[in-house]
Amino acid sequence: MKILVPIKRVVDYNVKIRVKADQSGVELANVKMAMNPFDEIAVEEAVRLKEAGKATEVVAVSAGVTQCQETLRTAMAIGADRGILVETDADLQPLAVAKLLKAIVDKEQPKLVILGKQAIDDDANQTGQMLAALLGWPQATFASKVEIGAESVTVTREIDGGLETLALPLPAVITTDLRLNEPRYATLPNIMKAKKKPLDTLQPIDLGVDVTPRLTTLKVVEPARRSAGVTVADVAQLVEKLKNEAKVL
Amino acid sequence: MTILVIAEHDNGSLKAATLNTVTAALKLGSDVEVLIAGANCGGAAEAAARLAGVTKVKVADAAPYAEQGAENVAALLVDVIKASGYSHVLAPATTFGKNILPRVAALLDVAQISEITAIESADTFVRPIYAGNALATVKSSDSIKVITVRTTAFDAATEGGSASVEAIAAGAELSQSKVIGRELTKSARPELGAAKIIVSGGRGMGSGDNYRAVLEPLADKLGAAMGASRAAVDAGYVPNDYQVGQTGKIVAPQLYLAVGISGAIQHLAGMKDSKVIVAINKDPEAPIFQVADYGLVADLFETVPQLVAAL
Ligand SMILES: Cc1cc2nc3c(=O)[nH]c(=O)nc-3n(C[C@H](O)[C@H](O)[C@H](O)COP(=O)(O)OP(=O)(O)OC[C@H]3O[C@@H](n4cnc5c(N)ncnc54)[C@H](O)[C@@H]3O)c2cc1C
Ligand SMILES: Nc1ncnc2c1ncn2[C@@H]1O[C@H](COP(=O)(O)O)[C@@H](O)[C@H]1O
Repeated sequence: MKILVPIKRVVDYNVKIRVKADQSGVELANVKMAMNPFDEIAVEEAVRLKEAGKATEVVAVSAGVTQCQETLRTAMAIGADRGILVETDADLQPLAVAKLLKAIVDKEQPKLVILGKQAIDDDANQTGQMLAALLGWPQATFASKVEIGAESVTVTREIDGGLETLALPLPAVITTDLRLNEPRYATLPNIMKAKKKPLDTLQPIDLGVDVTPRLTTLKVVEPARRSAGVTVADVAQLVEKLKNEAKVL
Repeated sequence: MTILVIAEHDNGSLKAATLNTVTAALKLGSDVEVLIAGANCGGAAEAAARLAGVTKVKVADAAPYAEQGAENVAALLVDVIKASGYSHVLAPATTFGKNILPRVAALLDVAQISEITAIESADTFVRPIYAGNALATVKSSDSIKVITVRTTAFDAATEGGSASVEAIAAGAELSQSKVIGRELTKSARPELGAAKIIVSGGRGMGSGDNYRAVLEPLADKLGAAMGASRAAVDAGYVPNDYQVGQTGKIVAPQLYLAVGISGAIQHLAGMKDSKVIVAINKDPEAPIFQVADYGLVADLFETVPQLVAAL
């Protein structure tokens, strides 16, 4: 069974981002980039399934600029077998990414696609669900546990009220939540090995996909800052302030 | 211009998030319909019909929608939307709405606009990106606007309406994903998303036993909902649905008490729009103090019991 894992190159989660002065977007020059954390979890899960003998091949796919190659190499260092880069400088929105991924799925015929639930830059939380729709496949979003059978998969999902377990026929789309696993660190030998693994590059046009954005960003601004509060000396003062100043008790 | 709101409900009643979504819809126009997909969902339909401003409630009451699975509900929505020509389709940005709505958008070949916090015009919306550290104003060129709504950004709709309720035909049942189990957190406390006061604990609690022993009496006194940081959930102190943050629940209560939480940006993303924030942390440098209205630098194990006694 082949597993496809779409991964996105995003600003590292530790970076405190800055909005550009001309309000055109967020400053990305000289900012540390990394694999979207949910996608690391997706790669880890796919690699574990391979290590458990449940999958035969793990293919990582990324859509975006040339530097996404680095992100694909990271996925291969975790254990993906090969990478596919859909190279473009275009502003890619989730619907366009889902269409590109659909075209790759049509070519590669995986039985399972594992994506992150959300990219931590656009916070869209859409691509996996859109891909499942375009493929006409079942979906299990926000997974915290995945158990693979021969023709089906059982997925426990994190939902607002607690947990929900779904059984899905394969092929299927899964998106990862934080508790699914703890991704390993890539070791130096594996990083070296990853450099020799195959990485194919193609363009959106090769896949016949129109990636024109449907949403135009008119401006990007900083949110209103909270004004600095006060430090209270003790519990008595805290209660007094909450009652008489904030009036929330 | 007719606007459709996809209700989140438990068949018998509406979830609070639906009420905020209706308010967002009413900012777009006055012709607002609500769709209920469920099984034996008459109670939810009647509740929707009573909301002020709702003109019509469409109900698909049939077995395929009993579990509100994404594939069946999305297929129904696409049929309904194509047949009725809505200008906007809205759902709450909860795990329910996030699961289903992108599927609908893709089948309609339109973009989804996720978690809007403001409406500038019929095609222009504000939404947070990068864990709320930036606000983007985006304009949609699609014929139908498919939108999830950040519930904390819109008030709850009020009662006082008397919309007509119309039964609609169900689609064929797709044999795709099937719910085989649910483990829902049972609690007599208010829902996190709708609570006026939230008591939230982090890694500083040290264990699940401590979390319960120290924070529950405080939540009881305040009639509060209980939340947590990711670290507390990952460590198994509390269930996943307690997580507040960028990738958990977004809350904005009147009062948020962060206890033993450092205040990572991912956590702040979920609670920094609370009206009043209190932080209790023994580390004076903890970033939570930068957003707290009242900060108490102290050991939580001494302070929280004192607070319970003082209330
Ligand atoms: C992709 C991604 C998504 C994430 N999403 C979320 C999210 O949605 N929500 C979220 O919360 N986090 C999220 N995180 C994690 C986030 O980055 C932080 O790791 C997390 O919020 C830290 O939790 P904490 O504050 O409880 O723990 P810590 O950062 O370890 O802080 C514990 C605090 O407790 C204090 N403390 C310890 N003992 C005591 C005591 N006795 N008395 C008083 N104070 C004490 C310490 O001084 C410290 O400040 C995410 C991270 C990633 C990478
Ligand atoms: N440009 C991209 N290339 C590859 N995968 C992507 C890309 N954008 C999004 N994804 C995948 O879709 C998931 C959800 O992203 P989003 O819908 O943007 O929040 C991510 O976690 C990735 O798995």
